[in-house]
Amino acid sequence: MGFGPTTHTDSVDFVMLYIVAISVVLLLGITATMIYFVFKFNRKKGHAPVDIHGNILLEVVWIVIPTLLVLSMFYFGYSSFRELRDIPANPYTVKVTARMWQFSFEYKNGKKADTLYVPVNTGIDLEMQSMDVNHAFYIPAFRIKEDILYGKTTHLYFTPKIVGDYDVACAEYCGLNHSAMYTKVKVLPDSSFYKWLERPGVPLTKIQTNN
Amino acid sequence: MANEIAVKNFYQQSTNKHTGILSWLLTKDHKRIGLMYMMAIMSFFVVGMIIGLLMRLELIAPGRTIMNAQTYNTLFTLHGVIMIFLFIIPGLPAIFGNFFLPIQIGAADVAFPRLNLLSWYIYMIGATLVIVSLFLPGGPIDTGWTFYIPYSIRSTTNVSMALFAAFVLGFSSILTGINFITTVHRLRAPGMGFFKMPLFVWATYATAWIQIIATPVIAITILLVIIERAFGVGIFDPALGGDPILFQHMFWIYSHPAVYIMILPAMGVVSEIIPTFSRRTIFGYKQIAYSSLAIAFIGYLVWAHHMFSSGMSDTARWIFSLLTFIVALPSGVKIFNWVATMYKGSIDPQPPFLWVMNFIFLFSIGGLTGLVLGSLATDIHLTDTYFVVAHFHYVMFGGTGTIFFAALHYWFPKMFGRMYNMKFARIAVVLYFIGFNMLYFPKFIMGYMGMPRRYYDYLPQFTPYQRISTIGSWILVGTIFFIFGYLIHALRKGKKATSNPWGGVTMEWHIPSPPPLENFKTIPTVTHEPYDFSQLKEMKNE
Repeated sequence: MGFGPTTHTDSVDFVMLYIVAISVVLLLGITATMIYFVFKFNRKKGHAPVDIHGNILLEVVWIVIPTLLVLSMFYFGYSSFRELRDIPANPYTVKVTARMWQFSFEYKNGKKADTLYVPVNTGIDLEMQSMDVNHAFYIPAFRIKEDILYGKTTHLYFTPKIVGDYDVACAEYCGLNHSAMYTKVKVLPDSSFYKWLERPGVPLTKIQTNN
Repeated sequence: MANEIAVKNFYQQSTNKHTGILSWLLTKDHKRIGLMYMMAIMSFFVVGMIIGLLMRLELIAPGRTIMNAQTYNTLFTLHGVIMIFLFIIPGLPAIFGNFFLPIQIGAADVAFPRLNLLSWYIYMIGATLVIVSLFLPGGPIDTGWTFYIPYSIRSTTNVSMALFAAFVLGFSSILTGINFITTVHRLRAPGMGFFKMPLFVWATYATAWIQIIATPVIAITILLVIIERAFGVGIFDPALGGDPILFQHMFWIYSHPAVYIMILPAMGVVSEIIPTFSRRTIFGYKQIAYSSLAIAFIGYLVWAHHMFSSGMSDTARWIFSLLTFIVALPSGVKIFNWVATMYKGSIDPQPPFLWVMNFIFLFSIGGLTGLVLGSLATDIHLTDTYFVVAHFHYVMFGGTGTIFFAALHYWFPKMFGRMYNMKFARIAVVLYFIGFNMLYFPKFIMGYMGMPRRYYDYLPQFTPYQRISTIGSWILVGTIFFIFGYLIHALRKGKKATSNPWGGVTMEWHIPSPPPLENFKTIPTVTHEPYDFSQLKEMKNE
């Protein structure tokens, strides 16, 4: 089900659509009613205005219905967020280091890169640390983001379903070249990923234990 | 009417023995102080707007267009600092609150006129410090208006100076708040119970409480950052053993309620304008009044929704998400009551009313997109992107900014005793609507596509949206200059305004335009509800 590069993408898009759909109905309802009233009760028509001080039933209706609507939005937003905490079983861990103004990645076998290569259909655990100021690791296509702080390790988990290249941006302002702090996630088929990871000097067994 | 000619207005009569500029600079008259704020605040608004225009011009194409990255980073910081601390927080309360709050409750002035003048001077000192910080060695601040640690500790620009300016400005805000609360409690005219006060007074009153209670938090936070920068004490900086998340909490404990300092007075103005032009009483007076207090109160409890991706505990994340949805409800109540106030009215859509219609549409978009950001899953994706930028410009500019123009068009005849060109004013509303949506709506789309905020440069896929946005900025800024143009023209050449050009019934419409120095010949006794239009007939004879 779904067409996004991760399951979470689909679930966030659903929450977005749900909230936007309700919002559009409310916005159009409010605007149309207002414009209708301006024509219908226009002074040019010469109606005498009627003082209506309020209506308790209406007040109750328009506090209760929006309450139920926003609680449902909260629920969907929260349950989709919970998915981010379902840490994949045996995740493949990559260390992420952020510094002004680049990301670098380190794999268990010691391999280092400035682009994040990951195998498809595998749970990934990013173990993130900053060398200086606050940064944030943001993969728009996966709908995920988490700040990276100095002196504290934060995590980001995802399971890419579709092979491809996705942008990674720093989303927490970090100074001069903040807007140049871009890299990519390259999601590769298993075989190509391990071929990339495997390089002279790194024993194959070490790689296989990660799979 | 006959009396009006005999009575000197507040421009002709001063509270002190001086004439000319000194009669203004040493005045104790709340109306003159309101106008002095207006001069200063609108000047800073124009500066902030031109900075915004330059940023948009830079973003018309990827890569360098007219400035380098450091200049851009400085400009978005200044745009934020100027627009927030110098325009939108003081804007409505200091200008229109000062001018109209005492009149609307039937008082001759605020409770502490000298303190009121002092607040203006403190505001001017704070503003001067902001300007001085631009030119001192080190260069203008580049941290963003949120001053996040550790970057604001590392930055070699004049962070401490700019922070100190915000510290000083805070005192102006606190003192104005104290003044308004005392005025409302002590100086209401006989017969004016709390539930006979106009809703603008209610809103300004609720705002004043937030100003008093929340502002000291930012003052303390700012002092701690200055101490940390000057003496290397580890409070927030993790490299010294401090906690950067603590800074974010303390910053938003003020800065989120500050959002309500910005919007509540605007909501009060809406509650004035709709009954006047519908010529009927407000629908749900108490609900609107109480919802202001509810917003003021719940507004304290939602600050950490700015921090859903900052590494806070998950429990904190869901609690703040839930509370954020709750704070949306009183705003909804207000909107429904406003629209219901038009029902069975006698609506004359004059320019101030058209501005309010503009507001209801733009502010609803701002509020509804707030729901997207209150929801955890979508916020994680959208926080720190253009979606947030679009959202808060719809709320702050589309909300408070639009109402700033509504208030200006509504009270202009009362403040200056002149009418402006109605046809120009109608055209301006339409152009503003087009320019505004062109400028900010594409940012929602870019945000969902993953365009982070505070970016000097961007990936090629965003170019068409950035371009539409920049063109929108030209239309919007052009419109605003057009508005200033016909209003300034009206100051000199406008038709003389009557004491009640719109047919309003709150206190300010009972007295001449412009008002006399003491506002009322004798302090009036209030017998009517605030929006009782049956008074209109009697008022014709006043």
